[in-house]
Amino acid sequence: MPAAQTRKPVAEGLFTWPSDDPQLLGSKCPDCAEVTFPSQTGCPACSASRCEQVGLSRSGTLWTWTVQNFPPPHPYLGDAREFVPFGVGYIELAEGVRVESRLTENDADKLAIGMQMNLVIEAFGTDADRNELVTFAFAPAETS
Amino acid sequence: MDIAIIGIGLFAFGRHDGVSAIEMGVAAARSALKDAGLEWKDMDLACAGSLEVLQPDTMNKHLGLTGIPFTTLYNGCATGGNLMLTTANALAAGVGDVGIAIGLDKHPRGAFSVGDTLESIGLGQWYGETGLALNPQFFAMKTQRYMHDHGISHETLHRTAVKAFKNGSLTETAWRRKAIDYDEIANAPMVCDPLRKFHFCNPSEGAAAVVMCRAEVAKRYTTHPIYLRADVFKTQTYGSFETLSPATPVRDAPGPVVRASQAAYETAGIGPEDVDVAQVQDTEVGHEIMHMAENGFCKDGEQEAWIADGATEIGGRLPINTDGGLLANGEPIGASGIRQVYEVCLQLRGDAGAHQVPNSPKVGYTQVYGFPGVSCVTVLST
Repeated sequence: MPAAQTRKPVAEGLFTWPSDDPQLLGSKCPDCAEVTFPSQTGCPACSASRCEQVGLSRSGTLWTWTVQNFPPPHPYLGDAREFVPFGVGYIELAEGVRVESRLTENDADKLAIGMQMNLVIEAFGTDADRNELVTFAFAPAETS
Repeated sequence: MDIAIIGIGLFAFGRHDGVSAIEMGVAAARSALKDAGLEWKDMDLACAGSLEVLQPDTMNKHLGLTGIPFTTLYNGCATGGNLMLTTANALAAGVGDVGIAIGLDKHPRGAFSVGDTLESIGLGQWYGETGLALNPQFFAMKTQRYMHDHGISHETLHRTAVKAFKNGSLTETAWRRKAIDYDEIANAPMVCDPLRKFHFCNPSEGAAAVVMCRAEVAKRYTTHPIYLRADVFKTQTYGSFETLSPATPVRDAPGPVVRASQAAYETAGIGPEDVDVAQVQDTEVGHEIMHMAENGFCKDGEQEAWIADGATEIGGRLPINTDGGLLANGEPIGASGIRQVYEVCLQLRGDAGAHQVPNSPKVGYTQVYGFPGVSCVTVLST
């Protein structure tokens, strides 16, 4: 009998999880105030070496996008056999950074530069131990 | 720069089952040496580069163990330009009179994989595990934004691909030798919106080599040297939008292509209007179009009119990727930049046959771009 699946984040330190209000974890330079993602101690803008981790905005605007229509090669951990195309985009956040992300929408007709997007955490694949892996994604904001 | 190219060689790009990358590199080197009328033992130094071959300097076991300094380097898709730059710098520094730069590669079929460990390219493993970390996604997203900002149409993407395969059909050494009509390109399966199947190049196999010397001794070896007027290598500065970036700043900065291009024009003492024939990195049609502006040939958005008018065709105002570029030749990463130089040298010598640009071009230009935000530009002239 297969063991019950546990949910795990694809990597530690990328986003807060589990959480009712998950946030991406970037870093901010104390010297020049530039924000990067994922977090790192070195600042790519000014070469300072003591950037600090910060939570990022949970919503932003779609700066550009595409749809991944073929199964990504190794080391992709999503289901490549029953592959379902997924959207990919850069979401511009108030911190002055554009973050690359999977999108929950894969219909090109429903994606447009400038649309409002919100952060979600979603399952996308399984690891070698059959854990269900979750990662961050952005979903179009409700526009009703 | 006071450097001349006196020999060029190519092991045609494509698929060569049973032939190793080292064998292809050796063949390209021998071809370049023959073109120069020289032998391997005449070389004072060598440089070689490859993604798939860890030690391309082992070509010396086949070419001859002559004891010369044999440098290896790898800078992604900018490897070819940097091999020539490193050779040129060594010659200029007086290491020797004559040297050779050799690029070679042999990639597995299918889209480039980032391999087992993204840590080896400075990224977290999660980035590939979640289905990001694909060059085609970046190419598509940069193109998508550029089309939005500068009014480039899907028709212009398709026309750029038509030109590439038409030029490939005229080039004996090209991999893709069949012209493909507009409707087939426009209706091909979508790979990464807005880019379709025939909009992309494929990884391939092959090698290219150039024999170089200090300009003042060039006439000893050949009556038709091609002079390397500039060879500039740049990496990204903070703010430019580059492939395989989990994030990019809102703060904008000129990319490595723009900066390499501007520095190359300055070094060569010419402007983009002086270029007669150009090779630019067309990993896909979006980047050929964007690189036209990044290299200063036109302003952002003017590509729409240029391409509608056939300005980049052989016989147009500025023929671009006259051998079909990466689209028709594929990309063996280590060799690709030197293939561009090979083609431009053919054009400047008037030896390009069916894909020859008319009216005796005098000034040529090459540009490569790749991960992690690197570019090399060369300016060549008769």
